[in-house]
Amino acid sequence: FVMHRADAPSQTVTTSASELTQMYRDMYLMRRLEIASDVLYKSKFIRGFCHLYDGQEAICVGMEAALTYDDCIITSYRDHCTFLGRGGSMEEVFAELLGRKTGCAKGKGGSMHMYLKKNNFYGGNGIVGAQSPLGAGLAFAQKYKGMPNCTLTLYGDGAANQGQLAEAMNMAALWDLPVVFVCENNHYGMGTSEDRSSKSALYYTRGDYVPGMKADGMDALAVKQAVAYAKEHCVSGKGPFVLELDTYRYHGHSMSDPGSTYRTRDEVSGVRQERDPVDRIRKLLLEHDIAKDTELKAWEKDIRKQIDKAVDFAKASALPEAGALYEDVLVDAGDITARTVSNDYTPLR
Amino acid sequence: RGAASAAAQAAAEQGTARTNLVGAINSALDITLERDPTACIFGEDVAFGGVFRCTAGLGEKHGAHRVFNTPLCEQGIAGFGVGLAAQGHTAIAEIQFADYIFPAFDQLVNEAAKYRYRSGGAFDVGGLTVRAPCGAVGHGGHYHSQSPEAYFAHTPGLVVVMPRGPREAKGLLLSSIRSRDPTIVLEPKALYRTAVEEVPEGDFEIPLGVADVVREGSDITLVGWGAQVHVLSAAAEKAEAELGVDCEVIDLRTLLPWDRATVEASAQKTGRLIVSHEAPVTAGLGAEIVAHVADRCFLRMESPPLRVCGYDTPFPLVHECYYVPDELRVIEAIKKSIQF
Repeated sequence: FVMHRADAPSQTVTTSASELTQMYRDMYLMRRLEIASDVLYKSKFIRGFCHLYDGQEAICVGMEAALTYDDCIITSYRDHCTFLGRGGSMEEVFAELLGRKTGCAKGKGGSMHMYLKKNNFYGGNGIVGAQSPLGAGLAFAQKYKGMPNCTLTLYGDGAANQGQLAEAMNMAALWDLPVVFVCENNHYGMGTSEDRSSKSALYYTRGDYVPGMKADGMDALAVKQAVAYAKEHCVSGKGPFVLELDTYRYHGHSMSDPGSTYRTRDEVSGVRQERDPVDRIRKLLLEHDIAKDTELKAWEKDIRKQIDKAVDFAKASALPEAGALYEDVLVDAGDITARTVSNDYTPLR
Repeated sequence: RGAASAAAQAAAEQGTARTNLVGAINSALDITLERDPTACIFGEDVAFGGVFRCTAGLGEKHGAHRVFNTPLCEQGIAGFGVGLAAQGHTAIAEIQFADYIFPAFDQLVNEAAKYRYRSGGAFDVGGLTVRAPCGAVGHGGHYHSQSPEAYFAHTPGLVVVMPRGPREAKGLLLSSIRSRDPTIVLEPKALYRTAVEEVPEGDFEIPLGVADVVREGSDITLVGWGAQVHVLSAAAEKAEAELGVDCEVIDLRTLLPWDRATVEASAQKTGRLIVSHEAPVTAGLGAEIVAHVADRCFLRMESPPLRVCGYDTPFPLVHECYYVPDELRVIEAIKKSIQF
């Protein structure tokens, strides 16, 4: 842990066999889900934009281990696994990716816009950095209501240079809002490396007067410890916190980016070999005799089968009806009249 | 039509080459960097050529100090451009997708548009040109498909341009860059590679504020811009073949200030008007055109002016095919107008 204006938490993390097991299964599921999404995109079942998270799974799983569903999370468009971490189902993910009405946003959001209201997952945002002030707002409501909870607002190294992030940090610090600004630093904003975009790539210090820390985002247990520490800071009334998680994405920025024009294949495979977050937990399970290799393989096979079934479910689901086009524009759908050709304001329904 | 065809003729006398929209834009930028030592191009990812390759090779040819990347900060990009232009430089900013232009909205509307006015002419940012890819692309969804021209057309002090193809893009972009007013050039991204035509290889300009009558006709006037001009042209072909209706198709080219004279003259000729744009119908630019024509040509009109536009919803994802004002909806409008 690297600290800024704060003391480091202990590097000793308490966990259990069941927690580690669950972490592994969740991360493996996330990994397979993103791989399946890649295949679906290439076979044109998913259209539009698709930003994959494989490599970064430890963040979603680690942070959930330190949070409850009364804490709020808001993130950017690389949100499939964040949704799963919040308790969403893989069926809803695939259905949403395929634009079907059984998706978590009724098929109207797609890859970049996944939401889960009952577990306080606020999405799923397309415009880079726009979610930062929203996170401050969510945290304000929590404080206003006296809740012992915090908000995690996630953004990337690219978004760290958006003006609105500085605005949100100032507001949060001024009003002691319980918000953790989590920078998922995967070192590349699309094709631009952090040192080409940022005068200071020490994102955990960018809150200046806001204390912060940096942790290894490829280690789910380090993430858990860091998030627990940050949450405690916020909920005890000390105001916001900046948490930079050092992570890596194996895929390019999106499915239209091969991810190899701005970084070497050796760099990618190096991370895969030395820092893969899923393998790390797998090794822990084996080393501590929590599971045997045969058991792990059986779980993995089972998860892959579940993924296949979920994909089939999505493929078999219906598209949203035509009328869904003009639902949810305003609260009262009946009032929306979409004029097509004439000016007589005929409601389309 | 005179000025436009004279320019086109002059261009035709130069050599031409088959070029797509990206190539045409690249050529205009290349010529600018060559001829104008103060010109710089900046934006997200422009140094390596840009996500659509419009700036490919320019940094290598003219210098990395003149074609450079900015961080991910649209408000910063626009504001920086305003400052650079206020110094008298030619500042060409690229906003990666028009959908991302909104953080820059304040800088464009409150700073760029008003600088000349509020300083009594002491300063201006005429050297500022902002380029952004716009429009439906088949799968863009909410944030890669928008056409924000109406927000900017509502701002006195700005010039707003949208080309329909490679030749227009090159000539309009050169005019926009050289214009002494801050100009926003919206480029229909769906046409970047698919639109290919003979484009003059040299330096030429297409005048701003002048619309282009793309197809002459006598029964009804169809007005559009950008990619929608091709939808209108296709509808015009069908209308002639199937309905025996002879359509006049006008490409506005410059959306602010728009060529009232050409549109009025056409409405006086045909007595019928349809305006069509991808952006939502309510308070879209079509409303401005229809209001003006109703005012100026009321007694001549044979039927109410109509608008065929996107619906009043955010640009949808899976419902895009229902949302976009396609050829079929335009033909329905033509029928409705003719049968009034």
